[in-house]
Amino acid sequence: MEADLNATNRPHPFLRWLAGAWSWIFLIFMVLFFEIWARAAYGSTFLLNPTNLQSILLAAVQPLLLALGQTLVIIAGGIDLSVGFTVGLAAVVSARAMQALDPTLPAALSFALAVLLALAAGLGVGVVNAFLVARLNVPPFIGTLGMYGVARGLGFLAAAGNTVPTSNPVNSAMGNGFLFGLIPIPVLITAVVVLIMHYVLSQTKFGQYTYAIGGNRQAAVRAGINVTGHTMQLYLITALLAGLAGVIYTGRFTAGAAQAGEPTLLDSIAAVVIGGASLFGGAGTIIGTVIGALIIAVIQFGLVFINVQPFWQFIAVGLVIILSVLVDQSKARVMKP
Amino acid sequence: MSEPLLEVRGLTKRFGGVTALNNISFQLFPGEVLALAGDNGAGKSTLIKCISGVHTPEEGQIFFEGREVRFSNPREARAVGIETIYQDLALADNLDVGANVFLGREPMHRVFGLPVLDRPKMRAEARTVLDTLDIQTALDRPVSALSGGQRQAVAIARAIYWKARILIMDEPTAALGVPEQRKVVELIQRLKAQGVAIIFISHNLGDIFAVSDRILVLLRGQKAGERPAHETHGDEIVKLMVGG
Repeated sequence: MEADLNATNRPHPFLRWLAGAWSWIFLIFMVLFFEIWARAAYGSTFLLNPTNLQSILLAAVQPLLLALGQTLVIIAGGIDLSVGFTVGLAAVVSARAMQALDPTLPAALSFALAVLLALAAGLGVGVVNAFLVARLNVPPFIGTLGMYGVARGLGFLAAAGNTVPTSNPVNSAMGNGFLFGLIPIPVLITAVVVLIMHYVLSQTKFGQYTYAIGGNRQAAVRAGINVTGHTMQLYLITALLAGLAGVIYTGRFTAGAAQAGEPTLLDSIAAVVIGGASLFGGAGTIIGTVIGALIIAVIQFGLVFINVQPFWQFIAVGLVIILSVLVDQSKARVMKP
Repeated sequence: MSEPLLEVRGLTKRFGGVTALNNISFQLFPGEVLALAGDNGAGKSTLIKCISGVHTPEEGQIFFEGREVRFSNPREARAVGIETIYQDLALADNLDVGANVFLGREPMHRVFGLPVLDRPKMRAEARTVLDTLDIQTALDRPVSALSGGQRQAVAIARAIYWKARILIMDEPTAALGVPEQRKVVELIQRLKAQGVAIIFISHNLGDIFAVSDRILVLLRGQKAGERPAHETHGDEIVKLMVGG
């Protein structure tokens, strides 16, 4: 028995380290690739140019906000497909609200109310998701796919099929302003959310229960964890962050659009997967997701930067997703003797 | 005899039209090992789930130290000291040993004023309790990387750490090799010596006679019989199990 218990034949430490750090290495590799290209082809720097950095980070804001909530949902063994159009719905609600309120209210107040209404619209989608998945036991893929359609339709209806412009100055300042003339406000907001989410997932009972539910739902139930309530909260958080992404969209583009988040839904799931989360649940980290979102943003911006046709972005990101899953599978072999 | 630690009176549980348990009564005393025997579907698992708060019985009463208790979830049963180890062990495979021992009851401490999980404490306490069980295993790896015997030990360690007064074990030896089975039987005897009362479900008559003081046999949701282990033998128990 004792000999048996001690039989933990661990793989080589370097392999374990490599398996854990591959996404960092990949990100650094991508940045170096574009840096070398920029120096060779244009004689200029890629990364050390603040405008490039700002653009990459701004591009990462929306997929990352979606991916942060998605990370928790996926760790708990679920998925939320509705987030993309929740962004659009919230963006349209925010713009419509400012259109309606701006004539009578001060700009700041009108903006604040618009933000609240947009977040509430996002939460509304989340409430339905939460009930479907956690209370009515609808498979998350199906339940949130249904709400993908509902949010999409509601968004276009609220926008009457058009883009909804707004000229609220506070809104535009929040979307396009800089802290110290350097850090874009949306990036700053996202960074704060990242810190909070990292703390919640890695350091609190809430985070621990999220992992436990994804690892063994039955074990979580028997440990006395309120699995239903917890799962509901995960979908609410995700929807709230999608609402926030919608608010930021309307700020950046001074207009709301129902399709605001359409292209980033898959990017957000890709970021979570590239970051090392398992779609079967139980594994994933906020740091990993941030790296995943940055890898996607660097690829997308970098390919434009080196003048490659934009369609190559899809191919590159697709290949990275496949690569990350392959790495993940061999990681399972490396990590587990 | 002293006062029973646990007394069950007239417990009945139905699932829709099916009566899974019908009017079951028994007593359990401190430091006693009660074996639950019975064929598949006899109601053994349903009975322990009623005691551990997973199921709420339709009729009957449960007394813990003479006081009537009614558990609406497993957390309440654990709060009075009734711990259950299920056949599937109910371990979160992706978490490490410490996290599993403390699952649902994690200690917190403050770092720069922020409440955070006290992982060092979880690890240290897990180490201590595993040492008392004479079990050595890596603590920094997910329990999916452990052997069957190690996983069983983690589940037992969790129950012991939480000062179980009554430990309910569902087929604790079923998935184990012979040496590991023997180790689990040793563990049960050690717990018994510490005054823990144990309810123990098993198909294995060898294990039942090796550790139990009393044997309660269920048959199709009814109590088929109850015998002190030293006054009966395998044949009689089998007869009760099959209703002969």
